[in-house]
Amino acid sequence: MLPSSFEYHRPATLGEALDVLASLGDEAKVLAGGQSLIPMMKLRFASPGHLVDINRLEGLDTIEERDGDLVLGALVRHNQLAGSELIRSKYPMIAAAAPQIADPLVRNLGTIGGSLTHCDPSGDLGAVMLAANARVVLKSKDAEREVAITDFLADTFQSSIEPDEILTHVKATSPSGSYGGTYLKLERKVGDYATVAVATRLVMDGGAIKTAGIGLTSVGLTNIKATAAEGSLVGQTPTEEAFAEAGRLAAAASSPVDDVRGSETYKRHMVEVYVRRGLARSAEIAGAV
Amino acid sequence: MEVTITVNGTAETLDIEPRQLLVHVLREDLRLTGTHIGCDSTSCGACTVLVDGTPIKSCTMFGVQVDGQEVTTVEGLLSAAGLDPIQASFKEEHGLQCGYCTPGMMLVGKALIEQNPTPSDDDVRWAISGNICRCTGYMNIVKAIQAAAKTNAAATLTPADV
Repeated sequence: MLPSSFEYHRPATLGEALDVLASLGDEAKVLAGGQSLIPMMKLRFASPGHLVDINRLEGLDTIEERDGDLVLGALVRHNQLAGSELIRSKYPMIAAAAPQIADPLVRNLGTIGGSLTHCDPSGDLGAVMLAANARVVLKSKDAEREVAITDFLADTFQSSIEPDEILTHVKATSPSGSYGGTYLKLERKVGDYATVAVATRLVMDGGAIKTAGIGLTSVGLTNIKATAAEGSLVGQTPTEEAFAEAGRLAAAASSPVDDVRGSETYKRHMVEVYVRRGLARSAEIAGAV
Repeated sequence: MEVTITVNGTAETLDIEPRQLLVHVLREDLRLTGTHIGCDSTSCGACTVLVDGTPIKSCTMFGVQVDGQEVTTVEGLLSAAGLDPIQASFKEEHGLQCGYCTPGMMLVGKALIEQNPTPSDDDVRWAISGNICRCTGYMNIVKAIQAAAKTNAAATLTPADV
């Protein structure tokens, strides 16, 4: 399948890329890994007049800790995230999610910035970043802003990025002390969209839960942050009852629909089950149970 | 747009449209039809090629994106020395039936054993999980990739190891 014709730009620096975007306005789309954008262009769901290829910009593919944050460059590929020693040793929720995104070949190209900006409610990293309370850094020619992930993932396939902006980094506070997290994904086969997936994270304070993070995939118009479920866990001891209650609250916050992957009832039930199991696993990783 | 792509070791300068997918450039401009189009929707892996050694789906990348880079297709596996070990092992282990997925399977297998010279069954199945085969049931594909890994290991033994 051939996409519509477009003009191709491959700026050498971020500054040059932002200049191009500033001059083209909403005629242009940014091309990162292309693993969602190119299929959409082939189906002519997207027909941008200009593509700005940022794949060769330097300095946007780093995974590092800086000033108390985990800072991920927008061009970090999913396989790079999955293989990172820092992620594997300190960020169990991200480490669990990264190797479950799409399939190995897609993970070789797909990027964290592209995935989040695409704003697909079936995107795995959206749920992970909601559970992590992440922020994204958006740069334009003349400005830079930091936006909470809850505001960034605005609507279905619609992030709050402006046409002249590039997402350059994703930041999340590095946890300390005792914490754990995971990502549970129910999928029919590798590479399919999740039927249901759940990101969970717990930070402990002694024997009690200090903060909890819960993000949901494929069960609503966007990835969903299950805030009531998160709130119910704060100050609790990590018991089966507390996790079951959080599961019920998260299921109530979800709004799945019937499709080939399952009925609404089934999916809502699986949210409950996966939140409960994910929290139990997170507590185990934290050494809290 | 003029691009130069090193395909199977030969630098090719081509004038292509930006909207041409890499698989179109390979099959239509360079007549390298060993790279197949299966689903054309990023699902099946029949169009797998290596870009700078990394396996990717060439139906989901534009040709202009690999300007200045190296692409290896199934045609690049054969050398003056004969079949690549991955090709020889697919033949020996009967790792194919209709052959449609085979170019992609072999390239993924080759990239895997370069990174991991002794892959387990699970490692191989994980690596080929983006490539669909509708004939074999995968058993002999897994065996073939592991056999190629063993051939490579034997070839790199030094006299002191033997």
